[in-house]
Formats: sequence, structure tokens, C-alpha cells
Amino acid sequence: MIGSELNTVEIRNLSFGWGDRVIFDNVSINVPKGKITAIMGPSGSGKTTLLRLIGGQLLPQSGTVLANGFNIPTLERKELYQARRQMGMLFQSGALFSDLSVFDNVAFPLREHTQLSEPFIRDIVLMKLEAVGLRGARYLMPDELSGGMKRRAALARTIALDPNLLMFDEPFAGQDPISMGVLVKLIRLLNDALGVTSIIVSHDVPETCSIADYVYVIADGKVVGHGSPESIKNSDSRWINQFMHGLPDGPVPFHYPAKNYQQDLIGG
Amino acid sequence: MLSAIQSLGRSGIEFCDNAGKTTLFLMHALIARPQGLKSFRLLVPQLYMVGVLSMIIIIVSGLFIGMVLGLQGYTILVKFGAEQALGQLIALSMVRELGPVVGALLFAGRAGSAITAEIGLMKVTEQLSSMEMLGVDPLRRVIAPRFWAGQISLPVLTLIFTAVAIYGGYVVGVQWLGVDEGSFWANMRNSVDFREDIVNGIIKSLVFGTLVTWIAVYQGYTCPPTAEGIGKATTRTVVFSSLATLGMDFILTAIMFGGFN
Amino acid sequence: MQKRTTEIAVGFFFLLGILAFAMLAMQVSGISKIYTLKEGYKITADFENIGGLKPRARVTIAGVAVGRVVAINYDPKDYVARVSIVIDNKVNNIPDDTSASILTSGLLGDNYIGLSPGFSEQFYKEGSHIPVENTSKAVVLEELVSKFLSSQASGLK
Repeated sequence: MIGSELNTVEIRNLSFGWGDRVIFDNVSINVPKGKITAIMGPSGSGKTTLLRLIGGQLLPQSGTVLANGFNIPTLERKELYQARRQMGMLFQSGALFSDLSVFDNVAFPLREHTQLSEPFIRDIVLMKLEAVGLRGARYLMPDELSGGMKRRAALARTIALDPNLLMFDEPFAGQDPISMGVLVKLIRLLNDALGVTSIIVSHDVPETCSIADYVYVIADGKVVGHGSPESIKNSDSRWINQFMHGLPDGPVPFHYPAKNYQQDLIGG
Repeated sequence: MLSAIQSLGRSGIEFCDNAGKTTLFLMHALIARPQGLKSFRLLVPQLYMVGVLSMIIIIVSGLFIGMVLGLQGYTILVKFGAEQALGQLIALSMVRELGPVVGALLFAGRAGSAITAEIGLMKVTEQLSSMEMLGVDPLRRVIAPRFWAGQISLPVLTLIFTAVAIYGGYVVGVQWLGVDEGSFWANMRNSVDFREDIVNGIIKSLVFGTLVTWIAVYQGYTCPPTAEGIGKATTRTVVFSSLATLGMDFILTAIMFGGFN
Repeated sequence: MQKRTTEIAVGFFFLLGILAFAMLAMQVSGISKIYTLKEGYKITADFENIGGLKPRARVTIAGVAVGRVVAINYDPKDYVARVSIVIDNKVNNIPDDTSASILTSGLLGDNYIGLSPGFSEQFYKEGSHIPVENTSKAVVLEELVSKFLSSQASGLK
């Protein structure tokens, strides 16, 4: 087992880009065990890409990604699929399999990866659904669910195999306040009850900061700040300040670069 | 001038790159050895989607094509006093060419585009990604069953198509236009050889099945994950499949029927 | 529930396919028998002109198929076409003065070989040979036309 015992995920000197575009430039991140770590930043800063790198769906140009002791980029296809069984990823849209019922969706990883009998699987599925509050909806099809319910069902599926690392890709995006509250409660609950390590990628500052134990702020391919939610909110950096408080103008300017206003009006 | 050669070279390299990618993709999807009952359970729903649901269009089109062949064939043959040859005209056209080729074109339009759209949609809604993250290879679970379903369905559909068309020609030629029933079938039987014609037709439909399904599955899997991307991919499936079918048909026909003596 | 009807439908689909195949095999094509060397015996026949005869063409007696052409070669010594034929073992009483002609099937048809039995008490067996005297060549259109034209010309004189 390589890497520190304290961190479930360790990212060291990660560099990644698409062609000429640099997404990450020598980034290092620690995700401590059993805690909720938030990764925040503006849209397009590559937050989702980071989760894909941890999950092995993308290969970095350089650097190491250690998750549960596996050096992800070096794994063979078969080993990678093994490593993924200890991880759970909740996608932004839930990504339930549209041709299977809620029950079958949650049962899917169990049926694929275990030899458990159907009665046993049924019990596990019902337990997971109960944890997210959807036990009564087990036979509904995904297109009969609301957005929030889809995410909860997908969450139940994600924890079916009891992974020790959960990754949430923009879990709060576009949710109504009630669904948001439900999700916040569930994430905190799973963390406390099951001791799973969670990574939340989001740009919803209030919700995320209400449950995160540690925050990383990423912009322009670099980590521009990290610390507890309080220390980040009170950060000296003007940039972080603008982001965390949602100020319309600051280091990220309101006006797109343009000519002098008066000259533009006169000239046209 | 130099830049024209450069861009030509670049497209050549891109073409080879794409050809390589599609081949590797296909191998990955297929060399997944079927795991007995589990694979069969995945295959059956796909056979339904791809084969059974295409039956209506195949049967109806087959009937009409056969009837048109009967009508047109009769009109031309009767000028030479050779209307007794109508049976063999219809049978040979269908078995050798129209059955496999038109069948493949209809299949590409109906089933091929459906496969592409379905896989593309699964890609857009991140179902394929989440399947990967759950540790299940989508190539085995989603792509391979659809490929085999298409490969198996097209020859079966072609047989049905050809048989229905010949029947349609029989209805028009014998019942309606008065060609002698006995000579209709007898001449047909004399001129259609099982090994040369029917088996070759089946071989053609097997080859077309591979081509069309392969293209459909690849386009769906590699489409850009947007609504526009799926639309374009579906169109590409139909266009590429049709061109590949027609091109391959020429090659196969030349091999099978062209090089006598 | 939904799965059951799916399976039934797929089964029906294949059933239709098999029916179609059977129909094509029996109604539409004459399932051709290729006589292998075990089921048949090989004889050769020389022809002055084979016309459009091709390998795998039928060999018939009284219009019924009894064999197949397996090979057509040219014999440079005798300047004839040597056609190799396989005949069904069950038809083993063809007299050895039988004549062979190349005929055309139907109006637009292919060429095939028709055998007219002779009267000899000896029969053909493996390796027998029909000499060119006992064969008539195919009807070649050009010769017909020139014959016709020359008969017309002599008629006019």
C-alpha cells in the first residue's frame, strides 16, 4: 500500500490538458480519510475533469493520482475496473439506466460484481433505498422520477457496493431548496454513519461550505487556496474573496475587454 | 500547391487513424467472449429492438418491391413474348441483388439509426460513464449485444424480405396478369441455383450486417455528447452504411457472379 | 411480464426467417445436387465446339438431370474440347454408343448436355470416353446466320 494512511486520495504534481489548452498545471491535492473535501472554482476550471482523472477515465500528462493505494494512471484495464469498485461517483444528471427500474438500477452493481442470491440482493437494495428515502419508489422507471429523486436513486446505486470513496459532481446544481436540503443531509449522513471519504465538486458556495470539512479552490489550472471553509471565506486573496461572496466585479472583471466606451459610441 | 498536398496527406493520415480506431473498437467489443446465459439475456431484448421491430417495414417494402418487379417485368418481357420468364426475373433479381442490398439499406435507415441514437443518448446522459465508474465495461454490456443482434437480424430479415417479394411478384404476375403458374415456378426453379444464388445472397447479407451494425454502433459510441451531436451521428450512420453497402455489393457481385470461366 | 412477450416475439421472428429460408430453398431454387466422386462416376466427352457450356452445367437423359459438368479443358492434340462429367452412380446403364449434344434450356437459358442413349449392350463406367464422332457441337449463332445467308444467296442464283 503506497501513500499516506491519512489520505484516501493523493494527487501530486498533476498536469493535464487538451491539446494546447492546459487544464491542470502541477496541481497537488490531499483528500483526508473520512472527511468531506470540497473542490470549488468557476465553471470550466476543470473540476469535473479532476474527478474523471481520479476515476481513471482520463490519463494525465504527468503526475500521480493515488486512490485507495492504487496509482490510477498506471493500472491495466482489468485492475482499473477492480479499483473502481471501491469508488462511487454520482454524476450531475444522476445517469440512471433509462431502461431499468429504480430497483434494478440499484441492484445493477450487486448483480454484476457479486454472486449474491436474489433474496439477499433484494434486502441490500431495499436498505440502500431506505437510506435515501426512496424505498416506496422502487419499481418506478427513471423517466417517472423528478430531478431530485433521480439523484437520490443514483446515490443509492452508488453506495450499493459500500465504496469508501464517494465523488459528487455538482450535486446541488439546479435543485430546488427542498431537494438541496435533502441532498445535503444525505451526504453528511453517509459521511458520519459510514465513514466514507467524500469529494464534492461544486460552485454552490453556501451549500458546499455548510458541510465541507476542507476546501480547495481551483482556478486557471492551479490551486489558488485551500483550508477550512471559514479560513477560505476570510481569505486575503481578492480573487477568492470575489468567488466566495459572489461579487459581480473584481479580479474577474464585469466588462469583457473592449474599447473605450465614449470612443465606441462616437465612432459607430 | 504544397499546402494542397499537405492537406491531402493529412486527410490520408486521418483516414487511416479513423480506420484503426474503428477496428480496435470493434475488436474490443467482440473479443468480449459471451458469458453464456448472461450474454443471451442481454441479446434477446436487442434482437427484439433490432430485428422484430424492423419486420413491419421489411415485409411491407418486400411486398411492394415484389409487386412492382412483377408489373414492370411483365411489361418488358411480354414485348419479347417471354413473359414465362417472369418468375426467374423476379427471383434472380431479389435473391442476388435487391434482397440483400435493399434489405440492408432499409435496415440501416430503421435499425441502424435507432442503434446510433440509443447509444448516443446513453452517452449524453452519462449512462456509459457511470457504467464505467461502476466497474462494468460498457463495450461488453451495451455495445456487444447490439452488434450481435444486428449481425444476426439482417440475414434473417433479408430472407423474409426476399421470400415476401417473390410472393408479391407471384400475386401480381400469376393472379393478376395471367402468367402461367406452372411455368412461373418451374422456370424460376430451373434458373435459381441454391448454392450459387441463394447462398451467395445470404453471404452478402451477412457482410452487410457486419458493416451496417458496426458503423451504427461506432457512430453512437463516438458521437459528441450533445443533442446536435446525436443528430449528426444518426445521419452519418445512414449515409455511411448505405455507401458501404453499395460499394461492398459491387465487390461481392464481381467476385461471386462476375468471374465465370 | 414484458420480458415474456419479447422472447415470444423474437422466437416468432426466427420462425418466420426459417420459413422464408425453406420457401426459398424449395420453391424458388432447385437444390442442385453436386455429384461428388463418391456418389458418381466420371466420364469424359469431346466436343468440336462447346458454345456457352460452363462447369456445373447439367447433364440430362430424356430431360432429367443425371449428372454435372465438372471441368472443361482443351486437348491440343485433337483440337477438341474435353469435357469431364460426373454421372450419378445410380444411373449405371448408359450404353457406350450414346451420343451427347449441347443444348440450350428455354429461350434465354444456359447450355447443358443432353445424352441420347444408344443400343449397345456395354455400359459406361468410371473413365469411359465419348469420342467426338458421337457428339454434336453447340448451335453457334454466327454459323446459323452464315448458313442462312449462303442458302439465301444460292437460292437467289
